[in-house]
Amino acid sequence: MNAPSTDEPAALFTAGPLTRRKLRTQRLAGAVFGGMSVIILAPLFALIGYLVVRAWPALTWEFLTGLPEKGMRAGGIWPALIGTLYLVFFSLVLSAPVGVFAGIYLNEYARDNWFTRIVNLAVVNLAGVPSIVYALFGVGAFVIFADLGKCIVSASLTIAIMTLPAYIVATKEALNAVPHSFRVACWNLGASKWQTIRTMVLPNSISGILTPMILDACRTAGETAPVMFTGAVFYKAIEAGELLLYSPMEQCMALSYHLFTISTQVPGVPDEMLYATAVVLLAFVLCFNSFAIVLRTYMRGKKKW
Amino acid sequence: MSNTQDESPKGSTENAAPPGHQVGSVGRICRALSERTVTALIFLCGVSAIIFVFSIFYFVFREGYPFIRDSLDLKGFFLSEEWYPTSETNKRYGILALLAGSASVTLVATLVAGPFGLGCAIFISQFCDGKFRETLKILVELLAAIPSVVWGFIGLAVMNPLIIRFAEVPIGLCVLNAGVIVGLMCVPITVSIAEDAIRAVPDTYLEAAEAMGATRWQTIHRVILPAAKSGLLAAVLLGVARAVGETMAVLMCTGHTINIPFDGRLPFLHVFESVRTLTATIAAELGEVPRLDPLPDGNYPVEARHWQVLFVLGIVLFAITFLINLIADLIVKGIRKKA
Repeated sequence: MNAPSTDEPAALFTAGPLTRRKLRTQRLAGAVFGGMSVIILAPLFALIGYLVVRAWPALTWEFLTGLPEKGMRAGGIWPALIGTLYLVFFSLVLSAPVGVFAGIYLNEYARDNWFTRIVNLAVVNLAGVPSIVYALFGVGAFVIFADLGKCIVSASLTIAIMTLPAYIVATKEALNAVPHSFRVACWNLGASKWQTIRTMVLPNSISGILTPMILDACRTAGETAPVMFTGAVFYKAIEAGELLLYSPMEQCMALSYHLFTISTQVPGVPDEMLYATAVVLLAFVLCFNSFAIVLRTYMRGKKKW
Repeated sequence: MSNTQDESPKGSTENAAPPGHQVGSVGRICRALSERTVTALIFLCGVSAIIFVFSIFYFVFREGYPFIRDSLDLKGFFLSEEWYPTSETNKRYGILALLAGSASVTLVATLVAGPFGLGCAIFISQFCDGKFRETLKILVELLAAIPSVVWGFIGLAVMNPLIIRFAEVPIGLCVLNAGVIVGLMCVPITVSIAEDAIRAVPDTYLEAAEAMGATRWQTIHRVILPAAKSGLLAAVLLGVARAVGETMAVLMCTGHTINIPFDGRLPFLHVFESVRTLTATIAAELGEVPRLDPLPDGNYPVEARHWQVLFVLGIVLFAITFLINLIADLIVKGIRKKA
């Protein structure tokens, strides 16, 4: 440091006091913002680690495939696990086609006018409606008005409408990423609008549509408020280990609601069972999430344009 | 419909002698028909969002309407803190305490999610690049994936004992607990919107700043922050909307007691007091209240009010989040117009 500063040409390239101060501020700012990010993200690892450690003794195969016993204080979570799968599957089947078509409409058909702005505003607001209001809507519309009663269909419809905006936005963005020149080329070959979309736009954006869909679908597994009044029950006796337990017009147990009830409503549930239920729900969501993220990274690498 | 149209002409052309021209015109009609059907279907799905927004409002309003018609007294409803819907003698429906509960949790959550979310967004977009940035973004995404009931459980099982131990209060289920939990839940949405806003700052601005010899920090605080100001505000607002509507975590972490945690004494907001929010009240009470049909004379029995008032709470909640989202949307639109 000292030697070059006496050397005149080199002195030009060493930082003066002003620059040094500026750089110090910059480093400080980086450290502060980095620290904030760490404070936000560290709990993610700390909490997951803590939950897994506390849940470890109870995480057995019998816990996953067993029935709840002794008023939820022993046994397993199989019916809740399957119920959650049912809800995720039905809601995905119900809302994915509508979401994709709506995304196609907004990106391919809609003109830039007041009507489209209203549709977009509706999508934004649909995404912002609190989950408990969706629950009220599900009760009012499906359970009471449509007279479906509390059942898997009511719950799935409620969740389906709740996740719809996410699907719409994801599809819209994926379609938007397909270069316009692809469409122009297709039109010039005499293809109609729908043919262009079906044969050119959709195949080229399928990964962009699918990955967010997986992400949002697995998130529905964690939804509690919308299902607790439209289809989830505290307990439903079924055979252990059986797969096709529920008919769509029945109520079912759901993992998220199960975690809520055993941690707040049932006294005397062993701690490790609570932790294990939370970990299973978390693993269910995070596994699908990680899968979708890996898929997305892989697909991005393969993109041709 | 388009299917049957598809089948029949094919059969007829096999029998009819001259192929070619005939098939062409029929085929064209079929294509036009299916094109029209698909377009209609796409349009229908496209406007479904509008239909659903209105039907949400309609069906929630439909259940709550008898209460609004018969016994809504605006002053008593919004300005009284007496929420006794199950009282035998004198049922009172005042939601002031519930509003205060929602406001206090939202305030703490915003104090957590606002600064930390914006800081995280700045760090991700300005101080990291390449693989590291992608990793951080994925972590934020995973944070968003944790279900709200798991957050609630964390508040119950982890935060509660921590608060009892370090703050030396008898109960750890309080505004602070719920606020921190909800704040962490709102961080991902704040980060992702704020990051979009920062990325929307034109590259020319950054290049100009760099050409002037500005350091990265100078660029951030003199160029990026002013340019992305309204986008960052929208990010915080969307976090607020999410916090207002959060249900399960709040139900499990607030302690669920009717209480107004604000008063004139320092520090004005008492974070170690238990509260009860709008969302949690609906979630806790809807399952326990029967829905009663009107009496033969068309009026509803007094016991039916409780069910109806919960839907009115839903309308209030819907209105609050709608308003916040609308403001955030207008702000974002405002930037786009300028840019």
